[in-house]
Amino acid sequence: MGQSIWSSMQQKGYSRREFMQFCAAAATVAGFGQAGVAQVASAFEKKEKPAVIWMHFQECTCCSESFIRASHPIVVDALLDVLDLNYTETLMAASGFQAEKSLTDTITKNKGKYIVLVEGAVPTADGGVYCMIGGKTAESILQTVAKDAAAVVAWGSCASNGCVQAAKPNPTGATPIYKLVDKPVINVPGCPPIADVMMGVVTHLLVLGQVPALDSQGRPKEFYGRRVHDTCYRRPNYDAGLFVESWDDENARKGYCLYKMGCKGPVTYNACSVVKWNEGTSYPIQSGHGCIGCSEAGFWDNGPFYQHLASFPGFGIESTADTVGTVVGVATLAGVAAHAVVTNIRKRGVIAEVHAEDQKES
Amino acid sequence: MPMSTPVVATGNATPVPNGQPVEYRRIYVWEMPVRVYHWINAVALVALCVTGYMIGAPIRMFYAAEAYQQYWFGWVRFIHFTAAFIYVFNFLARLYWGFVGNKYSSWAAFFPLKRSQRQEIVDVIKADVFEVKMHGPISTGHNALAGFIYFGTFLAFVFQTITGFALYSSMSNSWLPRMFNWIVPLLGGDFGVRFWHHLFLWFFVTFIIVHIYLAFYHDYIEGRGTVSSIIGGWKFDRVEKRGK
Repeated sequence: MGQSIWSSMQQKGYSRREFMQFCAAAATVAGFGQAGVAQVASAFEKKEKPAVIWMHFQECTCCSESFIRASHPIVVDALLDVLDLNYTETLMAASGFQAEKSLTDTITKNKGKYIVLVEGAVPTADGGVYCMIGGKTAESILQTVAKDAAAVVAWGSCASNGCVQAAKPNPTGATPIYKLVDKPVINVPGCPPIADVMMGVVTHLLVLGQVPALDSQGRPKEFYGRRVHDTCYRRPNYDAGLFVESWDDENARKGYCLYKMGCKGPVTYNACSVVKWNEGTSYPIQSGHGCIGCSEAGFWDNGPFYQHLASFPGFGIESTADTVGTVVGVATLAGVAAHAVVTNIRKRGVIAEVHAEDQKES
Repeated sequence: MPMSTPVVATGNATPVPNGQPVEYRRIYVWEMPVRVYHWINAVALVALCVTGYMIGAPIRMFYAAEAYQQYWFGWVRFIHFTAAFIYVFNFLARLYWGFVGNKYSSWAAFFPLKRSQRQEIVDVIKADVFEVKMHGPISTGHNALAGFIYFGTFLAFVFQTITGFALYSSMSNSWLPRMFNWIVPLLGGDFGVRFWHHLFLWFFVTFIIVHIYLAFYHDYIEGRGTVSSIIGGWKFDRVEKRGK
């Protein structure tokens, strides 16, 4: 305890050059730019490294998998090495009572100072029996851990919006973290979130010691402020009206816009088209597949993935609002036409009635 | 039929005694701002429906072109957004006129608060839907049922305005669209907002069909210039001869 990141790195044999590289990378992913490198270096030299608790609830660990694949391995190494990552079910060596002791020790020793990273949703149905660790429900663990935390980060769509667990009919009552914790939660949605985005959020917390600017859904604006569509390299094709019509057509080969193939890029807020994945190699649209909107709330229920409008509930899987609308429109036209026919059949009678009334009055 | 009589509602086929015409009074019902509102709204709404549908289901383009050579889908969206702004401010102007205009355009015409208005709703349903009472007095301005349905369309206007601006806000830094951001989480993200915004397109398509038809229908059964009134502003009211 009480060590800074720099002193801890020195002990592990990192050079000053490597430390500065790490600071530069961290400043970049956190969005501080070149001017922020000095600030980052200074913070990492002087500030005590914070204790971190990484909880795993209803999830598939894809967030952790993503995290360890950040494009700047030194950042991940350094963070995983130098953070006081005191409790994480997936990576820690301790088990059983030792692990539980480590958790309670971290909470009591760092009251109000430790950071909680939560991966996974919390089941609330049937008393929370669907996810229990060490005989306690996920919800009670979360409440204990979050109570004295300096910051709570919801990793991935499970923790941010429920993801697949919360998809209809949501049998376990899976609930996102922000609905259970009565302090601000940083939502970092995505299935999984982009590794560099996760790095950026953690770095921001470490360097500035404060929550980054969040949007109305609790997501860091720096990474979720724009839609995948806004910075997509296929965007010019969208504006030009050049669309892929089927997966095997000439337009697909030419790399036209995937909007008509159900790409959810226009309704999905994420940094995929800027940061990309796997060290900036590619992202789904670049690989020829539409975005499925994995960082948006309820994306499992907004299907099918290959339609950009949802199926209309109760009208079969292929019927969109357009199908329903067309039926209603045609029915209205038919009704109006039938009405016109009836009116014309009644025409003579109506004219006679009106004239009879005129006569009566005059 | 004497040509000197100002307005005469007689037909040749029916036995109305000559020389006893029915008198009508000319009434200036739709003032200029109301008519201008109506036609700006009509043009904007049609533009919004057509471009809105095209945004949902873009036309297939056959010719081989590169993206930098054309911008037609961009133009479709541009027309949609421009028409939307015109339509919103036009609607706000109409709301204002509902408080300063004549009694036919007043806000009170859109709510069946009076007993007589509720009775008229029944009468109009009898005339329009069942075609059993196709003559008799109907309000000179909006009939009570039409007024109430227009109130419903105003709610739909408001809904489309909120959802439309909410969708637009991610492309804009101006305060107006950003005022409506709050709807996004309520409807489950941009996807849900877009779904509902798109669904209401069909409400307007249905409304346009029924509205135009009923305007013609009432022009026919009322016989006092319903259709031309939205161009010139005048309608005709039968002069009651109670003295006889």
